[in-house]
Amino acid sequence: MKLTTPAVLFCALTAAYAQPPASNLPPIPAQVPATTLAAPATPSKTPDAEGFIPRWMILEPIPANGLTDAIVQTAVKKEYFPNQFTVIPKNGDKVTVGDKELTWHAEDTKLYNVNLYHFAKNYGKPTSDVLFWVVTIVNMPQEMHNVRLAIGSNAASVWWVNGEEVIGIYGDRQTVIDDGVSKRLTLKKGANIIRAAIVNAGGATDFCARFLDENDKPLKGYTITLSNGSGK
Amino acid sequence: MNATLLKIAAVPALFALATISVALDGTVNIHDPSTIAVCNGKFYTYGTGGNALVSDDGWTWKRGTTLPRRGLAPDVIHIGDRYYVYVAANVGGQPRAEVNMISTKSLDPESPDYKWEEGGVVASSNGVEDANAIDPGVMLDPNDGRMWLVYGSYFGYIRLVELDPKTGKRKVPNDTPRNLAINCEAGDLMYHDGWYYLLATHGSCCRGADSGYQIRLGRSKKVTGPYLDHDGVDMIEGGGKLLISSTGRYVGPGHFGLLDLGDGVQKFSLHWEADLDRGGASVLDIRPLLWKDGWPIAGENMKEGTYEFESARTGTAMELAVEGMPVGGRRGRGGGGRGPGGPGAGGGRGPTPPAVGGPPAGGPPAGGPPGGGGIFGGTGAPIPPQDVAQVSANWPKDKVPVRMGVYLLQAQQKWTIAPAPNGGGYPGAPYFKITVAGTDRTLAATSDAELIVLPAFTGAPEQLWRIEQLPDGTWRIVPKSAGSAKEPLALSAVGSSSVTLSKFDAKSDRQRWNIKTP
Repeated sequence: MKLTTPAVLFCALTAAYAQPPASNLPPIPAQVPATTLAAPATPSKTPDAEGFIPRWMILEPIPANGLTDAIVQTAVKKEYFPNQFTVIPKNGDKVTVGDKELTWHAEDTKLYNVNLYHFAKNYGKPTSDVLFWVVTIVNMPQEMHNVRLAIGSNAASVWWVNGEEVIGIYGDRQTVIDDGVSKRLTLKKGANIIRAAIVNAGGATDFCARFLDENDKPLKGYTITLSNGSGK
Repeated sequence: MNATLLKIAAVPALFALATISVALDGTVNIHDPSTIAVCNGKFYTYGTGGNALVSDDGWTWKRGTTLPRRGLAPDVIHIGDRYYVYVAANVGGQPRAEVNMISTKSLDPESPDYKWEEGGVVASSNGVEDANAIDPGVMLDPNDGRMWLVYGSYFGYIRLVELDPKTGKRKVPNDTPRNLAINCEAGDLMYHDGWYYLLATHGSCCRGADSGYQIRLGRSKKVTGPYLDHDGVDMIEGGGKLLISSTGRYVGPGHFGLLDLGDGVQKFSLHWEADLDRGGASVLDIRPLLWKDGWPIAGENMKEGTYEFESARTGTAMELAVEGMPVGGRRGRGGGGRGPGGPGAGGGRGPTPPAVGGPPAGGPPAGGPPGGGGIFGGTGAPIPPQDVAQVSANWPKDKVPVRMGVYLLQAQQKWTIAPAPNGGGYPGAPYFKITVAGTDRTLAATSDAELIVLPAFTGAPEQLWRIEQLPDGTWRIVPKSAGSAKEPLALSAVGSSSVTLSKFDAKSDRQRWNIKTP
């Protein structure tokens, strides 16, 4: 449950009154380790059994507030760092946003989704009121027609394929498979760049993405790489 | 009761009445229409007294060419390259009667193949036996290719005989007809999913708005019966489950005829004894045929109104892709403002940060009686429906995309369906325009088989929509044109938040819509 929801806030209030601030609470050992992400260990990946894209380059989060259509569109169109809409980052590349230096990290997810909450916690970064930039490259064996990018995100997100904005979903929402689906696209033979900005208000944050073929079946038979084609 | 005598007497008067375009368009006056036959893309039906109707689209009808053999309540079936028409006539007064067959390769009088041939008598009643051999209904069994004829009208039984599908004639001329039902007329057979259905008209005809006509049915695992209704009553003992009776401005439905449009879309033709909007005239109608638990149900043609379009697949609603405003305006926690918030607020399902902070602004949560204030207290006054003129002020003036979203009663989620002037139609209904309620913003297909909302309706084919009920009661929505698309496309939910056009798949729920009153 998310603190951004008034009903949940109501439920949490009684406990909040009686507890010290979160930063003063003693640590609680993990019941189940949050290990959904790992550094890539292979030159490339393929989509998983359901066609989801498991390998992404993710930038440490940038502060952002608001989830409505207009606010998110403004947030994702703002230039935070040079070549924001064209850069193919390498693992460990750094950018400066405001007075903070942020790092790109290559990540493989073990699940259908990419858990950005885990990502941020792994690097000691905030998870609320933040914007994540993510990039990946899909390598097609031939030109592909009438395919659709299909994504889900917690919360709002905007997506580009080869520089063209193709999906925007807004509001305080959870990740649902194929929540947002692009119009029919043509993917060129070879490398195609997928870029997205995911904006979270509070609580859990993650996304999933795959391509659907002209029959709305998961697209497979291609590889996924990052900046230098080696997976790193 | 001698219903057919009443039929004959009433025919001249019925045809003299003026028509008013309410249901089907054009000239639709007819009594006892045959099953609708399709020939070279045109629709044909034949009624009692030599009356015939023809239509290019199934929506707008005009007078057709009279059959060479006039009579009572014809039926028609297309087998191979021939159309077989069965026409009954009393021979010396009821119940002495004969059913004659005539056939042709084309129903189009302009065609060189429009050449009728007499096929002779296929069934009869001698005036003493328990039958009145009129009101024929024919079926070709899709399972084994056998052909069957039912006939009869109140006096005695509805009877069944087998025909030869190669000739349309009686297969064994002297075989004994089987009795299937009593106390009805206008029988017809159809097969669906392992069952044979006998549909027949009960009640009295030919009394205008005082006609008790109603279509009822029974079903059987064998074409030869017994045909039982939903209560297990045999139609030969008077049973019959209701399919359709008087409704709205229409009185006395009769003479069922199946119209199968393919892709699982079925409709049925009928006549109303009295269309009150046409002065009580007897008129043709076409309605969707739905199915539930193995029984057919009469569906509804689309009516003009304002609706929510809910995807049967996703449960989300089609909306103009603009930023929504909550009904009643945005409210912050505790009733105070907190700036814009997103629609569809809900809980997350991932890790939850520890709760921090003090009580919400505006005092403690109020879940008690209304009076305003607090998280749950409301405003203390009724919230009016959203005013589209107000909330649309910031909507883009030009084209706007379409998407799907959780239905929140907002203005961009409500659509008005109205017949498109001069837009033509399809069997049973006209093409419609679909606009954002309270605006002229019009849903349109694009040349690349996607969707867009245009600033205004112009009547172009890509702005015209065929909206018809599917067998499960959901709706299929098809544009009249979608650019260069070679096959009909239907409005299709793809993912939870997206909508497109794609080829209709009867086995999928992607193109099934619940069109709901908001």
